[in-house]
Amino acid sequence: MTARLGIVTAASLEKGVDVRLDSPVSVEDMVVGRYVTIEGRQRRFFGMITDVSLGVTDPHLAVSPPDVADPFIAEVLTGTSTFGTIHVTPMLTIGGDAETVLEGPQPVKTIPAHFSAVNLAAEGDMDLVFGEEDKQRFNIGNPLDMETKLCLDLEEFVKRSNGIFGKSGTGKTFLTRILLIGMLQKSKAVNLIFDMHNEYGWSGTREGGPPVKGLKQLFGSRVAVFTLDEESSRRRKVSTDFVVKIGFDEITPEDIAILRATLNLTELAVEAAYQLRKSLGKDWLRQVLQRSDEELEELLKESSIHESSFQSLKRGLGTIGRLGFVVPEAHEDTVKHILDCLDRGLNVVLEFGRYREIAAYLLVANMLSRRIYARYQQRMEEAIAADKEAMKPRPLVITIEEAHKFLNPEVAGKTIFGTIAREMRKYNVSLLVIDQRPSGIDEEVMSQLGTKITCLLDNEKDIDSVLAGVSGKSELKSVLARLAPKQQALIFGHAVPMPVAFQPREYGSAQSYKSFLDAGPDAAGQAEKDIEELWG
Amino acid sequence: MAEPAKIAEVIEAGTAQFAAQCYELYGLPPLGSLVRTGDTYGIVAGAATSSLEPGRRPIARGRDEATEEAVYQSSPQLSKLLRSEFAAAVVGYQDGDARRQYLPPYPARIHGFVYLCQPDEVREFSRSFGFLNILLNASLPVPAGELIAAALRRMSRAHDDPRAFLVAAGKELANLLSADFITLKNILGRLQ
Repeated sequence: MTARLGIVTAASLEKGVDVRLDSPVSVEDMVVGRYVTIEGRQRRFFGMITDVSLGVTDPHLAVSPPDVADPFIAEVLTGTSTFGTIHVTPMLTIGGDAETVLEGPQPVKTIPAHFSAVNLAAEGDMDLVFGEEDKQRFNIGNPLDMETKLCLDLEEFVKRSNGIFGKSGTGKTFLTRILLIGMLQKSKAVNLIFDMHNEYGWSGTREGGPPVKGLKQLFGSRVAVFTLDEESSRRRKVSTDFVVKIGFDEITPEDIAILRATLNLTELAVEAAYQLRKSLGKDWLRQVLQRSDEELEELLKESSIHESSFQSLKRGLGTIGRLGFVVPEAHEDTVKHILDCLDRGLNVVLEFGRYREIAAYLLVANMLSRRIYARYQQRMEEAIAADKEAMKPRPLVITIEEAHKFLNPEVAGKTIFGTIAREMRKYNVSLLVIDQRPSGIDEEVMSQLGTKITCLLDNEKDIDSVLAGVSGKSELKSVLARLAPKQQALIFGHAVPMPVAFQPREYGSAQSYKSFLDAGPDAAGQAEKDIEELWG
Repeated sequence: MAEPAKIAEVIEAGTAQFAAQCYELYGLPPLGSLVRTGDTYGIVAGAATSSLEPGRRPIARGRDEATEEAVYQSSPQLSKLLRSEFAAAVVGYQDGDARRQYLPPYPARIHGFVYLCQPDEVREFSRSFGFLNILLNASLPVPAGELIAAALRRMSRAHDDPRAFLVAAGKELANLLSADFITLKNILGRLQ
């Protein structure tokens, strides 16, 4: 059965399609955001209702309204002299021409002919557009007000850097957890998560409810939890795999440069760091922190560093030196451990424990990522030189929170994340940036993000920056501004054929954990294996 | 099917209208009823009873009579000196097996017999509403709105569900009169 709504009366590719509703269709049943199909002569169009309005054929109707208390008059006039219209934004063409049959839904490049019939989208059409759960596709939720599953092609998703945005408390973390599980199950990529608030590894908090399970609890064998703060992890009863320590010699002036704003350093102080590195060598930081004032004064005389710049730098370095995980000498190579895990296909969550200050997060995330990226780059180049697919490292997705601190226009050029976002997947490394203030992120980086998922944003600048360069921006803007403050999101970009407002799937109940575990590719195989073991 | 009794005879015929004289004085079909002569369908659009001779007006005769009926009884020649005529707007014709709701190629014949259509035929005819447009645009002795309302009211009686018929007709009118809501409102108000 097709639920016919009406016919196309006017259309423009830019402004969308006007549809006059048939008389039996109640205008009140037409909800903005519902999906419809338009049966053109040669192709079928898939679109979304973006506006609903009332029309009259004769302005006199509005001036001297008929007596609608009379059911006869009301019945005659409904759908004839008075009628409902909907405005549909066509998004895709589905079926009809050879291209869509072979390659699935295509973006619209034309409009339907006059008086083409408009129907509510049927289940089959929705599946065609939003995909069915399979080996690569992962159900992330339902389009708003609909039963259909919204499935994301994660193999496609991880090929680019992606972003999750939304005001604080709108469900970014939950959404991220769902996506991480999806990537863990349905893609070949491994994740490295810089977990500032200890939300992803073991268990996470939920507003007004019991804590929810983290990745390690759900997928213990595929997740390694690293921690910067052993004590905190122990207190939270997290089973950690490795305690990260960072030696003084691992910190370079580049790391200090991106902390400039956070540590309140002057430009000259940063410059001083480079000079000190040059004159003191790899061990510069330890020497600056541990040498006596007299010795340092000597040093300053030799170089051209101004006293005040040096004091500014020293104060900043002192902050770093006081971080518990920064030690004069690290015994184990953290980067090597992380890479080992990643190579074995383990997803790594790095917990920050009590070190929630932004300086610690920036320092560690940037430093580790830079070195991991360098290794990836090297291995990728070797693989390309040897022309062996097998030598290529696994695709890596690095998840960072508070992304505007790394990717703001001032430091985006200096941090490794700016490079990763720009160079994308050349070296099999991509980013998942999570942020509440997307307007703070460098425009160039924003434009390179493949898929963006955004929860409610209400700052005009943030909305503009998220939607920059998307077609149908003004319609999306109204959708974005109308999202519920919680558990609703808008996804658009590379991995989805068209922008969709959706409700993320449930996370936190026993049932939801089970559904996540069932969705894995080996779930069925594992069950069989268990049965076999049980019965011999 | 037995032919219904003829009620009148065409005395003036044009493409869009014809006039007929009834065989019986006051044997007029009601305003808006569907009549047929030959292959031509018409809707009664106005009627008059007048003297046979144009220059000779009837005179008052009832001063000494008790009832109106008695006037006719005491002057039996009256029924021969007066005549009832009606005008019908042509709304369609029978074209072989098909019934067309537009003007016929030729007007009706003079002295053609006129029959009042029976409910079956009315029902068949009013399956489509092409005649409404003809009536709206015809120049008629009565206002078009009045005539349409009368015709639809009469036709609805031939249908099993008169209200559904009137709603359907109303919607058709609403489409035809999409730019003239006042006329539409007046007709709709007269449909019940």
